[in-house]
Amino acid sequence: MCLGIPGELVGTDEEHADLALVDVSGVRRRINVGLLADEDLKAGDWVLVHVGFALSKISESEAQAVLDYLEGLGQAYDDELDALRQSDIS
Amino acid sequence: MRFVDEYRDAGKARMLAAEIASRCEPGRRYTFMEVCGGHTHTIYKHGLEDHLPENVVLVHGPGCPVCVIPMGRVDDAIHIASQPDVIMTSFGDMTRVPGGQGSFLDAKAAGADIRMVYSPLDALRIAQANPDRRVVFMAIGFETTAPSTAMTILRAAADGIRNFSVFCNHVMIIPAIKAILDSPDLRLDGFIGPGHVSAVIGCEPYEFIARDYGKPLVVAGFEPLDILQSVHMLLGRLASGRAEVANQYARVVPWQGNRTAMDVIRRVMRLRPHFEWRGLGFISQSALMLADEYAAFDAERIFELPGVRVADPKACQCGEVLKGVLRPWECKVFGTACTPETPIGTCMVSSEGACAAYYNFGRFSRDRVREATRA
Repeated sequence: MCLGIPGELVGTDEEHADLALVDVSGVRRRINVGLLADEDLKAGDWVLVHVGFALSKISESEAQAVLDYLEGLGQAYDDELDALRQSDIS
Repeated sequence: MRFVDEYRDAGKARMLAAEIASRCEPGRRYTFMEVCGGHTHTIYKHGLEDHLPENVVLVHGPGCPVCVIPMGRVDDAIHIASQPDVIMTSFGDMTRVPGGQGSFLDAKAAGADIRMVYSPLDALRIAQANPDRRVVFMAIGFETTAPSTAMTILRAAADGIRNFSVFCNHVMIIPAIKAILDSPDLRLDGFIGPGHVSAVIGCEPYEFIARDYGKPLVVAGFEPLDILQSVHMLLGRLASGRAEVANQYARVVPWQGNRTAMDVIRRVMRLRPHFEWRGLGFISQSALMLADEYAAFDAERIFELPGVRVADPKACQCGEVLKGVLRPWECKVFGTACTPETPIGTCMVSSEGACAAYYNFGRFSRDRVREATRA
């Protein structure tokens, strides 16, 4: 729950302006981007995702650093990714 | 990989460690609290204490949201979950948190419908898919997760979803830090400030620590070098007598935080007059409840709750660990009666709890055993 996971924006949701599709370590899920409404997000941008919500926009190099940190966590990150895989936000 | 080396570089770590040592005044002891459980995790995992001079001590703070949930609130959640038409949902972190009457895992085994979700929006979806059931989301966390709960309630209200409610347990970091500063048990020289919470609240709310208590705080990232650099920055501020707030983690944390997130919290939630924190006791205006406008989504107003205060098990010293008064290995039951498999206290449950982090990374050295037995 406390882990901020970097996701790359790969698409928007035409019906819901506050939803977007992100790729997190190969897992593609819809997340809510309403908390970054001021950021003018576009495909290719990276965000830190907390419990299904993008909370901060980050650079690609920071995203890579965070991913490496998370992969080093082992079980805690695996659990979070498993939870994300089961997520179905709409 | 080249990106990451920047934060892990062993040469840089050694250089920083040398600079840290040179900034310490001989004979002076420095005690810094890392508020956030994520930092505790990094410190133990990478053995950062081994890079610091002996007179620089890091103590662990209350910033693990699972660890500060009092047992009575777990019992209340299980009471709600036991109603036949209820589906209780929460984050996976809650599964094994012990209440007075057992954990979610125990309640599930006894027949309650409890489901772990990734996001509060997933709980809302369960409510939409089960119109004949009442779906409750047990919300936990600091300001990092509170905006998500608030956004989900706004969505439920907009879509007219009537069978969804929130059992709100959101807490705030500033009152907890203030309680620790006011506690006579501990003398701190400065703080390593939380990363993700600060991405929401920004750096300004910490300024009272410098202004009223004369202590520096550095908001820090989660890489080993981030923490070492933050210690270096704290020592620099102490050496020149500058009590101020600084942001080492500007690559994620804007100084002003996330204003949209703060606005959403303010719109949907109100301060509770007081809230019990495990180990810290009651702290006034330290937690959030739903505003009257959203009472229809407030599980505390929909369900009648026992609301019984349950004292922690006598053997458990989580309170002292959460306040930084005891280090994990100094607790009487650490690693014996209390382990990650059979936790007595919350600090052993969450992977970011100080005790679990310490236990899992095997930093229970002989010196520490000696130190503990002497105490």
